[in-house]
Amino acid sequence: MNIQVKKFYYGDIPEENTGGTNPENNYAQENSWPLWEVFIRSKQGLDHKHAGSLHAADAAMAIENARDVYTRRQEGVSLWVVESKYIHASNPDDAEMFYEPAADKVYRHPTFYDLPDEVKHM
Amino acid sequence: MSIHDLEISFQNKIDSEIKIEPKDWMPEAYRKTNLRQISQHAHSEIVGMLPEGNWISRAPSLKRKAILIAKVQDEAGHGLYLYSAAETLGTSREQMVADLNSGKAKYSSIFNYPTLSWADMGAVGWLVDGAAILNQVMLCRTSYGPYARAMVRICKEESFHQRQGFETLLVLSKGTKEQRDMCQDAINRWWWPSLMMFGPKDSESTNSDQSMKWKIKRKTNDELRQQFIDMIAEQIKLLGMTLPDANLKWNAERKHYDFGEINWEEFWNVVKGNGPCNKQRLADRNKAHDEGAWVREAAMAYAAKRKNKTANKAA
Repeated sequence: MNIQVKKFYYGDIPEENTGGTNPENNYAQENSWPLWEVFIRSKQGLDHKHAGSLHAADAAMAIENARDVYTRRQEGVSLWVVESKYIHASNPDDAEMFYEPAADKVYRHPTFYDLPDEVKHM
Repeated sequence: MSIHDLEISFQNKIDSEIKIEPKDWMPEAYRKTNLRQISQHAHSEIVGMLPEGNWISRAPSLKRKAILIAKVQDEAGHGLYLYSAAETLGTSREQMVADLNSGKAKYSSIFNYPTLSWADMGAVGWLVDGAAILNQVMLCRTSYGPYARAMVRICKEESFHQRQGFETLLVLSKGTKEQRDMCQDAINRWWWPSLMMFGPKDSESTNSDQSMKWKIKRKTNDELRQQFIDMIAEQIKLLGMTLPDANLKWNAERKHYDFGEINWEEFWNVVKGNGPCNKQRLADRNKAHDEGAWVREAAMAYAAKRKNKTANKAA
């Protein structure tokens, strides 16, 4: 597949019109800070919810950076950070066989059961 | 599944408004287009801090200074959201920063214009952020999940930027003759570059509209530009100022404002690196990056030292 995207968009200036210089990449060798995932509890009583990610040298810095970038407008009362490499995810390619078995078990839902209208409080 | 089947099922997902997530199969060109667009967008937020940072120390009051600092801090945050979204497409933060600093990667040309007076802070907020918001509101519905989520967060914060810009100009528009002149001058200088932010005319494009088909973008450059002009042409009446376009007038038949020709030669010149501030912006970014190197290294050394200590204690 080789679709040439030629249309010019805002924030999408095509390569053929690039200017400037192209010196050696000086930064590739740099010892980079690991990536962290940020979870925010927006108020007491609610779950922590994934908000985004950031780079930080350690957990303390990750929490401070998360405070600065993700809670500038009182978005949270509690923060979790976890290094992204520790997150294990299901594989989207397996989604069909992984989740499909749930689809044919309609009897797991209360609406499956046909009861007379006279039954109250159920 | 063959590549052809994968492409069909990919397009079906797009057509039925199912978002694409980082681990899903996607055509290589889709990945590349998104990566380029998101990273350019991130770079624009980062470089966008420079023209405004210029005025933090010279803001006319403590209130304006606090507002400007908050706005610049937001831009840094927006850059981070977008870099994070771009990283999900398989590039590294270091690579993107390196591409920006070397001049290989592009950012919005608007930030290669100088901010000469305090009124420019108002014009930038009102016109430049105003133009950006139209694009960003559309991008809240873009097909790539991480990009769309970053945009939702950004749009929530961006509205304050535009409002404070308009209010800054509104105050000036009611001020002394010098202040009113300053206000009009800033509008005159920022108007045309703001229109260029939407990119070349749709007619310049000969190829099929792949980004629209993939729903990365949902409106064309010309549609967004017209929307912006219609909006600003009305708002400026409240400022009692004028837009520097003799051909600007309401077209009752089209139900849109007609407007004059944009100077595309200037547009391409600035894109190619010959704008008033291209060199200065890149030099400033490189200086900040180089001078911050020791901080990044020290933080890593400190983290490593603490890790060692914990390991020794456990042993």
